[in-house]
Amino acid sequence: MALSQEEVLAIARLARLQVPAERLPALARQLSGILEFVAQMNAVDTGNVEPLAHPLEVSARMREDEVTEPDRRAEFQAIAPAVEAGLYLVPKVIE
Amino acid sequence: MNWETVIGLEIHAQLLTRSKIFSGAPTAFGAEPNTQACAIDLGLPGVLPVLNKEAVRMAVAFGLAVNAQIAPRSVFARKNYFYPDLPKGYQISQYELPVVARGSIRIAIGDSEKIIGITRAHLEEDAGKSLHEDFHGMSGIDLNRAGTPLLEIVSEPDMRSAKEAVAYMKAIHQLVRYLKICDGNMQEGSFRCDANVSVRRRGEAKLGTRCEIKNLNSFRFVEHAIEYEIQRQIELIEGGGKVVQETRLYDPDKHETRSLRAKEEANDYRYFPDPDLLPLVIEPAFIESVRESLPELPEARRERFMTQYALSPYDAGVLTASQELADYYESCVKLVGGEAKLVANWVMGDLSAFLNKEGKDITQSPVSPELLSGMIKRLIDKTISGTIAKKVFELMWAGEGDADQIIEKHGLKQVTDTGAIEKAIAEVMAENPTQLEQYRSGKGKLFGFFVGQVMKKMQGKAAPDQVNALLKTKLQP
Repeated sequence: MALSQEEVLAIARLARLQVPAERLPALARQLSGILEFVAQMNAVDTGNVEPLAHPLEVSARMREDEVTEPDRRAEFQAIAPAVEAGLYLVPKVIE
Repeated sequence: MNWETVIGLEIHAQLLTRSKIFSGAPTAFGAEPNTQACAIDLGLPGVLPVLNKEAVRMAVAFGLAVNAQIAPRSVFARKNYFYPDLPKGYQISQYELPVVARGSIRIAIGDSEKIIGITRAHLEEDAGKSLHEDFHGMSGIDLNRAGTPLLEIVSEPDMRSAKEAVAYMKAIHQLVRYLKICDGNMQEGSFRCDANVSVRRRGEAKLGTRCEIKNLNSFRFVEHAIEYEIQRQIELIEGGGKVVQETRLYDPDKHETRSLRAKEEANDYRYFPDPDLLPLVIEPAFIESVRESLPELPEARRERFMTQYALSPYDAGVLTASQELADYYESCVKLVGGEAKLVANWVMGDLSAFLNKEGKDITQSPVSPELLSGMIKRLIDKTISGTIAKKVFELMWAGEGDADQIIEKHGLKQVTDTGAIEKAIAEVMAENPTQLEQYRSGKGKLFGFFVGQVMKKMQGKAAPDQVNALLKTKLQP
């Protein structure tokens, strides 16, 4: 399955990557190559294999519902680029 | 053209845990910005999430309450998208293997009932909050809410009108509050809802293109937004246009929905199992322990009220609307020692009216079950009449003490002294010769007038049945 240049652009947008137009053909070719490799694996009959969510044969350990983390805002905000009134400031994003 | 509406709801219920779903930071509402966001919530390098057992217990309780399957093994997945209030660049959620699947809930619409399917309910973390005003062209980010546990409850597209959607939302709201897994506070956003709405020509099997409406944080908004959206889609199609799949935002001020963005496809989120978290395995013994701790649920309690107290389906429904109201009612009945219908009338009548008027809920009622039942007892033993009881209730509400104190202080005891009533009757007859003449010549309807006059003369304190009996004989020619 070959990816179109438009699909590559859409994937780049989701990953917030800026891709120059001249690189699109090469990227489309390389990404399509990865998909072809996955397609080969897809051809294997895995009907009787349980999907693997994690390589370890163990399950999640759970914690009791207790508050254990103190407020460390001052420390965290000391390394933030911009803060005001206790808030982290970021470039304005409105959908 | 005859149209059918198809609605499915996604409800996000914030779970009432003390700490977050994957960290030990507190979840209390209204704290100073970012004082409840720890290194894990911030997604700082080197941290690992550890699942909160109480959040799992709450999800299982919900699953059992809607007769769903509890997955013996479920998996947490990363939902990837970029937004400043999502520090890790992904939200930990569940995708292919949710903890709860295939349940249902019964809703009532008027006199009819309907079963709504629940596709799934899964555990996930909430994001933070973005504030877009007043930061010199920048956005302020508060991450206190980041990592708060949510149960996302996804319904089947089983609803056919805005009214049904509201009834379903209310049923889920009531259930999570009975289970004490969510406070249901919609203003604070701890219970919120997205609606998927589409229309199709009646009889058509294929679903129409749907729009997702966000920002629905009250029952009223859900109803208005869906009604607006149905109309918009029908007009669009009838005008020769096509509905495009998109996310729309409800604006309660303008009372309309407007396009927010093209709807993402699931594969845009590039879900994959979170390698930081092992699969969640729920043992049968754990499920059984949760099952044993379940409270009596709304439906069961309503049925019991109908059989045990001989209440109508409507009365039983109103009185079991919340656990607190049902508890209040039951303790009243117990204290009175019966007269379930009379108690129901007082709780649903005067008490509810006073609560509504002052915007209070039952837990804030100045009239306790002890006070109300004390007054009802005086009503039953005929110390006071129904009219006087209303006055006593008002004074109890105002904090003047219990019924006996109020009756004593204001001299409200019912007069059963035949002589006093006869005296009042004689006076009323003398003062109203015309009406007496008319009554005696066959205008029987005037009987009520005489009852009223006598009661007025006795400041409502005469025993009504006694007044009736005495009047009947006295008014004879």
